[in-house]
Amino acid sequence: MDFTLSGEQEQFAAALHDMLADADVPAAARSWAAGDHGPGLDVWRGLAAAGVTALMVPEEHGGLGASAVDLVIACEEIGHHAVPGPAAESLAAVPALLSAPAVDISRLRYAQLPGLPQFSRTGTVKSGGEPADWPARLAAGDPLATLAAPPAMPYAADADIAGLVLLADPDGLWLAEPGTSHPSVDATRTLSEITGTLKLGDSLAIATAVARALDFGALASAAQLLGAGRALLTASVCHARERVQFGQPVGSFQAVKHQLADVLIGLEFARPLVFAAAVALAAHSPSAGRDVSAARVACADAARRAARTALQVHGAIGYTAEHDLVLWLTKVQALAPAWGSQAYHRARVLASLTPCTPRISRTDRTSQPASTTDDSRACG
Amino acid sequence: MNLDLDPGLQQFRDEVAGWLAAHVPAAPLPSVDTAEGFAQHREWEARLANARLAAVSWPARYGGCDASLLEWLIFEEEYHAANGPIRVGQNGLFVLAPTLLAHGTEEQRERILPPMARADDVWAQAWSEPGAGSDLAALRSRAVRTDGGWLLSGAKTWSSRAVFADRAFGLFRSDPAAERHRGLTYLMFDLRAEGVTVRPIAQLDGEAGFAEIFLDEVFVPDGDVIGEPGDGWRIAMSSAGHERGLSLRSPGRFMAAAERLADLWVRAGDPADAALAGRVADAWIAARAYQLHGYRIASQAASAGRGPSAGGGFAGAESSLGKVYWSDLDIALHQTALDLLGTRAELRDLGQPDGRWLDGYLFALAGPIYAGTNEIQRSVIAERVLGLPR
Repeated sequence: MDFTLSGEQEQFAAALHDMLADADVPAAARSWAAGDHGPGLDVWRGLAAAGVTALMVPEEHGGLGASAVDLVIACEEIGHHAVPGPAAESLAAVPALLSAPAVDISRLRYAQLPGLPQFSRTGTVKSGGEPADWPARLAAGDPLATLAAPPAMPYAADADIAGLVLLADPDGLWLAEPGTSHPSVDATRTLSEITGTLKLGDSLAIATAVARALDFGALASAAQLLGAGRALLTASVCHARERVQFGQPVGSFQAVKHQLADVLIGLEFARPLVFAAAVALAAHSPSAGRDVSAARVACADAARRAARTALQVHGAIGYTAEHDLVLWLTKVQALAPAWGSQAYHRARVLASLTPCTPRISRTDRTSQPASTTDDSRACG
Repeated sequence: MNLDLDPGLQQFRDEVAGWLAAHVPAAPLPSVDTAEGFAQHREWEARLANARLAAVSWPARYGGCDASLLEWLIFEEEYHAANGPIRVGQNGLFVLAPTLLAHGTEEQRERILPPMARADDVWAQAWSEPGAGSDLAALRSRAVRTDGGWLLSGAKTWSSRAVFADRAFGLFRSDPAAERHRGLTYLMFDLRAEGVTVRPIAQLDGEAGFAEIFLDEVFVPDGDVIGEPGDGWRIAMSSAGHERGLSLRSPGRFMAAAERLADLWVRAGDPADAALAGRVADAWIAARAYQLHGYRIASQAASAGRGPSAGGGFAGAESSLGKVYWSDLDIALHQTALDLLGTRAELRDLGQPDGRWLDGYLFALAGPIYAGTNEIQRSVIAERVLGLPR
């Protein structure tokens, strides 16, 4: 057992952090929200150059075939800097889907993609006359990709900027076209209704691949939430040290200290769940679904606590759209229910712990002594 | 990064599990806070010690088996999964022993540790005083120089296990001119020595789980000072992490309780009650997070070449995070179980297995108070980890 990051992984995280810190992501996010994707796509080009978009693409398709732990490291930094765009989709879920043997990506080569932004948008891949090798394009970060998976995930996030839109529904996996789009609470995000146009696989054949892809997406979003929570805590601590009221920094007041301590505790204990889920997914462990759900529950709760506390510690300035805090507050608000509700993920954890489901009703139970309820185990 | 147990660790786990399966009493022992229960728990500790399992992380020459922090975590997982009895010697094993290993003399270790492991000597802690609880540095009990040692006087309180224990350890003011955390000395004393009076205090559950200790010129030889006189605060704080963190309440304890909670949900849960189902899931998730946190600390300790007894992974602030986490988790977990039991949760004579939840809940309620209140821990976290102004 070695439940620590390698030196290389630590360096990878630090390099991504430095790159994103220098990239003025808040300005790019505000441009993105205003309809100018250019600066944000520059950030994505930087991520592609650092290999982030290639992490989950297998080596035989031009990717890096990296571990899910590396994915988590990258997504934590992307969340930490509130990078706009379909990160969990482009980096995790779609590459996982397209690299599954059950998914026939050769059909994608002949796909007609009317109305979608075409290749070479970010300039990393030259568009040519030949059909594209989609995994290689994803590895190069051109295009970004997204997917919807109704009923749990009825909308595709950021389909307006994605060059590849997929739909995994009860009938199978589809290449899809976005229709009506809805604004998200996160101004950098849109949510599109989509329609399948070309079937890539039947539901039975690709069910396992879709489930695994959704686990990858949920894991990536958990890491984003963790990173966003960390950024919110850092911003709150900085503000609490500098903001003076009653003649002293507000961070010297115990009521403020204790709330921020609780935020740190939530994030610190969510973190190992994320890495354990990455290890389990990478190993195709039977507990991977449970582990991803546990990470999702803890990260969404911890990030929401971080957001709620950050707003309270900042006070009125944090409630303004002018302060950059809004970028992280709304990102957490948007990502927390994406990739499955808390109730869904809690239920999945519980189901994994209890192969026997309870079936006695509350009225039966109160009239029964404890010793006889053993007989009502629903195993049989 | 991986979470696989190498074959050696798996073998260690299997051996521990095998021994426990063969030796853990089938019926729970009487409460450790009764004379009869205390005696039976002492016997249990002696059996553990004979199997060299009482203090696995200690060096072999004192009765341990040089276990790594990871091995210790695995031992604890198996111990709690097997429903092992409460460790009557835990104050000594998990607080005093690490202090002696870090700051004691070789003579002290050889004299004190082996009988501690066998529970021939059960140790109580003597930190708090009537006027010094969260503010431990306000303590006033004195150690006055005398020929060949010290004379201890004053009052200590909330001393767990002191009613039936043999010896105790704590801080005493040896320099009356010094204030606060200066001029304190770390001393060990015999609870049956002349001048010692122990007054049992009944706890929330009615049992005498802790006591007041009155000292009236109790003689302690120089050999029972740990470290240098006057250096007691530093020594106590350097091992305070042991009292608060992983070693006080190991992850295995919560993992086992969370698994039992899931069983209880299967047995007594209402499938339509999604809120309660969610709380069961949350308890398991939190226990798992604490377990993984332990694995991370153990991995870091291993790569830094530190064993558990060398203080690996027990830095003060880190243990403050863990202390708040496990104590809140313990209450949430047991409250969830009581809510699953419904109206039966009130009964003191529920019998096993369900009766343990009420006892566990009452015990859990003390968690945010002892070993430094959670308010103190949150302030430590805010100031020393987050860097907020004092």
